[in-house]
Amino acid sequence: MRLRPVAGILLRQLYLFRSSPVRLLPTFAWVAIDIVVWGFLTRYLNSVAGNHLNFVPTLLGAVLFWDFFTRIMQGVTTAFLEDVWSRNFLNLFATPLSISEYVTGLVLTSVATSLIALVVMLVLATLVFGLSFISLGAMLIPFVMVLFLFGVALGIVASALVLRLGPASEWLVWPMPALLSPFVGVYYPLATLPAWMRDVGYLLPPSYVFEGMRTLVNGQAFSGTGLMIGAALAVVQVMLAGYFFARVFRYTVRTGLLARYSAESIG
Amino acid sequence: MSAAALNELKSEAVLSVTDLCKSYPHITAVEQVSFAVRRNEIVGLLGPNGAGKTTTINMILGVLAPTSGSIKIAGLDIAKRRSQALARTNFAAVYATLPGNLTVTQNLRFFGLIYGIADLTGRIETLLKKFDLESLRNTRCGVLSSGEQTRVALAKALLNRPELLLLDEPTASLDPAAAQTVRQQIRELARDENCGILWTSHNMYEVEEVCDRVLFLSHGKILLEGDPRALPAQHGTHSLEELFIQLAREPLHPGGEAPK
Repeated sequence: MRLRPVAGILLRQLYLFRSSPVRLLPTFAWVAIDIVVWGFLTRYLNSVAGNHLNFVPTLLGAVLFWDFFTRIMQGVTTAFLEDVWSRNFLNLFATPLSISEYVTGLVLTSVATSLIALVVMLVLATLVFGLSFISLGAMLIPFVMVLFLFGVALGIVASALVLRLGPASEWLVWPMPALLSPFVGVYYPLATLPAWMRDVGYLLPPSYVFEGMRTLVNGQAFSGTGLMIGAALAVVQVMLAGYFFARVFRYTVRTGLLARYSAESIG
Repeated sequence: MSAAALNELKSEAVLSVTDLCKSYPHITAVEQVSFAVRRNEIVGLLGPNGAGKTTTINMILGVLAPTSGSIKIAGLDIAKRRSQALARTNFAAVYATLPGNLTVTQNLRFFGLIYGIADLTGRIETLLKKFDLESLRNTRCGVLSSGEQTRVALAKALLNRPELLLLDEPTASLDPAAAQTVRQQIRELARDENCGILWTSHNMYEVEEVCDRVLFLSHGKILLEGDPRALPAQHGTHSLEELFIQLAREPLHPGGEAPK
């Protein structure tokens, strides 16, 4: 893999931010609003519940993790959609750029934009609402990594769907995290779910993160097995997503969809 | 062109297309097309709308897979060595404008990195000067006139010093003076940079002026091939435009002869 093309994809996003600071707003505005709303909600719940319950780590921590995952996923798809919106596929894919270089560029772009969101969320949640990650300890890193990997996988799958189904399918991308959220138990244990939903949840890596997080916050004995399953699932899903994107790309090249994305007509 | 002559041409070609076909479920867009482009040569790919020109160009650019046949760029089979082949190629087309939300320099830097150009800053400055774009360097491409956008697209097309350059109606939106300058620059490029050029245009006067050789494509097949200055007389017409019109209206004359 060559580094310059990867840097090119990343640099393009930085150019876009520099030329239009308004683009920066969605990278942190919505997550900041989420943290503020849920921060006040947890404060209220704490005041109602009294001293024996603390909703800040369970609810606000879950919101922060979930928003981080959503930002990663949308960071990948937004970088991809820049090429859809600017009708750039012909220019881009008639170059030596390989699919792995392109996807790596999208992921790094997502990392850069999501870090901004993560910092904003952490500052608000810790300084304003007193969220502490001490109870999570070193497990914080694998939790974040699993969510990162699954966000990347879902972002690649969403991009592949838009590539396959056309620009109008963009609307499919945005609700994807919301559609998954009931199954992964962001705010409640998986045991709450009916059996079929729980079975779906076990296939989704974030389920293991949120279960693990609740276990640690509640001071219960934490077994790393679940998290390891989640991590393994996330790695496999990233690889499957990459394979899916490459397969869809080959399909669009074979059928002429890729050329039609830009060209007004095919002679 | 005879098979022996075509083989000889392919041996020294920067682009070698052999038995290229592209079929869709209900239509054959390109059928058994074979041709070659030598270094320092400008070949015109002519034909009416829907003839298969853009399909052929898209296959050469690797964004459309042929149903059968092969494409070699500088001896590299694009089906097997896509990245290496495309690193030696570039293109400019009226329907593939550069991202309008990036400035001229940002676009050139972005694509320069994609092509992995060494000394990118120096190369960008050279091309900005060559295409008189220095005053527009910080202007977003989306607000440029179509002529200015064409010049930026040409600058992008030369970033990697391509051995094969594909130009799909490169002067379509230029005023006569700017078009004349671009034609001159492209001729110099073919002569000085050891580059082969495949050029599509509907402007037959331009084709006669620029191209060393032309291929007439209709219904996905090559009907005629030859020197654009000699072909009209060979087929009993007064001009290349007249010949083009005849071929476009009555393209499938038996034996590949142009209708008289």
